Amino acid sequence: MKKLLKYVIVDLVQNKIVLIYTALLLVISLSIFNLENNAAKGMLSLLNIILIIVPLICIIFSTIYIYNSAEFVELLVSQPLKRKTIWLSLFSGLSSSLSLAFFIGTGIPVLLYHADATGFMMVAAGLFLTIVFVSIAMLAAGLTRDKAKGIGLSILLWLYLSLIFDALVLFLLFQFQDYPLEKIMVIFSFLNPIDLGRIQILLQMDISALMGYTGAVFRDFFGNNTGIILSFLGLFIWIVFPLIISLTKFKRKDL
Amino acid sequence: MIVAKKITKKFGKLKALDNISVTFLKGECIALLGPNGCGKTTLIKSLLGMVVPDNGSIHFDNELISGKWKYRSRIGYMPQIGRYPENMTIAQIIGMMKDIRKENTKIPDEELVKSFGLQNMMQKKMRTLSGGTTQKVSAALAFMFHPDVLILDEPTAGLDPLSSEKLKQKIIREKQNGKLILITSHILSELDDLVTEVFYMQEGKLVFHKKLTALKEETGEIKLSKAIAKIMRKEEMVN
Repeated sequence: MKKLLKYVIVDLVQNKIVLIYTALLLVISLSIFNLENNAAKGMLSLLNIILIIVPLICIIFSTIYIYNSAEFVELLVSQPLKRKTIWLSLFSGLSSSLSLAFFIGTGIPVLLYHADATGFMMVAAGLFLTIVFVSIAMLAAGLTRDKAKGIGLSILLWLYLSLIFDALVLFLLFQFQDYPLEKIMVIFSFLNPIDLGRIQILLQMDISALMGYTGAVFRDFFGNNTGIILSFLGLFIWIVFPLIISLTKFKRKDL
Repeated sequence: MIVAKKITKKFGKLKALDNISVTFLKGECIALLGPNGCGKTTLIKSLLGMVVPDNGSIHFDNELISGKWKYRSRIGYMPQIGRYPENMTIAQIIGMMKDIRKENTKIPDEELVKSFGLQNMMQKKMRTLSGGTTQKVSAALAFMFHPDVLILDEPTAGLDPLSSEKLKQKIIREKQNGKLILITSHILSELDDLVTEVFYMQEGKLVFHKKLTALKEETGEIKLSKAIAKIMRKEEMVN
C-alpha cells in the first residue's frame, strides 16, 4: 500500500492541476480576508465559496484522474498486488493531496485571520468535504467504463448535492408548511454532506437565529458535542459508503 | 500447475469462453492458437485474474485463484498491447516493478534490457516510445523476476526480426530451465522450434489440445503451420 501510494502522490504532484488548485484557493481566501475589514464577514463569503468550489473541483478532478490512471491500474492488476490495495492507494493518494491543497490554500489563511472555533470548524468541514467528494468520484468512475459518462455522472451528482437537493427540500417545506417539519429537516440534512458541513459552520458563526424555528431545532440538535460528533459521523459514513461500493465493483471488474 | 475447470465467460451475448477445461503442466511450452476473437486473450486474462470468469474454477498449484494475489508473483505476463502510464519513463516503470516485486530475493534478470538496448533510452517517457519499443519493455518486464510461468500474448508482434530472434532464444532458454510457457501467436512458423503442445480454440470452445508430435503424425505434415492449415480446412468442410 505504502509503495503504491508513493507513486500515486508523485504523479499527482507532477500533475500541475493540484498546484493550481492550491494557488486558486490561496488567492481567493487571502483576497476575501483583505477586502473585508471584518474577518467574520469574510468567513461568510468564504463559506459559500468552499461549499461550491471544493466539492466541484474535488469530484471532477478525481473522476478524470481515475479514468486517466486506467493504464496504471491495468499494469498493476497483472502484478502480485491485491485489487483492494490498488484502489485504496488511488483513493488515499487523491484524498491526501487534495486535502493538503485545501489545508494550504484555505486552512492556513483561515487560521491566520480567524483562529477560533468557527475557523477550526470551517477547516474541518472543508477537509471532510474534500474526502467525501473524492469518494463519490471513485463511485462515479467505478460505475461506468465510459469516461464521458463517468464525468457526466459526477457533474450530475455534484449538481444534485449542491443545488437540486436543497431545491427539493425547499419544495417539500412549502408543500407541507402546515405540518411541523423541523425534526424531519434534521434527518434530511444527513442525506447531504454539503448541508452537514454548512449547518455546522453556520451554527459556529452564531447566525442560526436567522433561520427561525428550524434554526432553533438545529441548534438544539447539532449545537452540542453529541450533535457535532453525529454530524461528523454522518460525513464519515459519506466517505466510507461510496468507497466500499466502488471497491466491490472494482474487485469484479474485467480489465 | 495450472488447472482450469469448466470456465465460462460472457461479454454481453458473446461467449468469449465456453466451458473450457484445461491442465497446463510444468516444463511444457504451449501454443494457444485460434482465429481472431476466439477467446485466447480472455483465457490468459482469466488465468491472471484480470478477467473474472462467470463460472468454473482455476487452480494454480492446487490453490483456487479467485480473490488471491500472491500467486501472480510467480507469473511473468507480456500483454498483447502493453499500456503504461504515459508520464513515466522506462527507468521509473522498471523501478516501480522492482519495488512491487522485490520480495523475490533473486537479482532481477536484466538480460533482455541489455540485449534490446533499452538502457540507452531509460529516460524516455512511455508516451514517446514506438509500438516495438513498448513491446520490448513488456518483454523485459515479463522475464525480469524469474517467474515459474511465462504468459506471452503475441510476443513478437511489432518486433523487428533481430529483436524477435533474441526474444525467441530467450524463450527457448527459459523452457530448458523447466518453466511453463504459454504463447499465443499468429506467426506459426516461429513456433515450430518452441512449442511442445498445441491448444486450439474456436469461438470460445476448445477444439483440441494435443502434443505437437502427435499433431504432426496425425496430419502427416512436418511444419506446424501446414498441420494447422490442414485441420482448419477439415473444420470448414465439416461446417
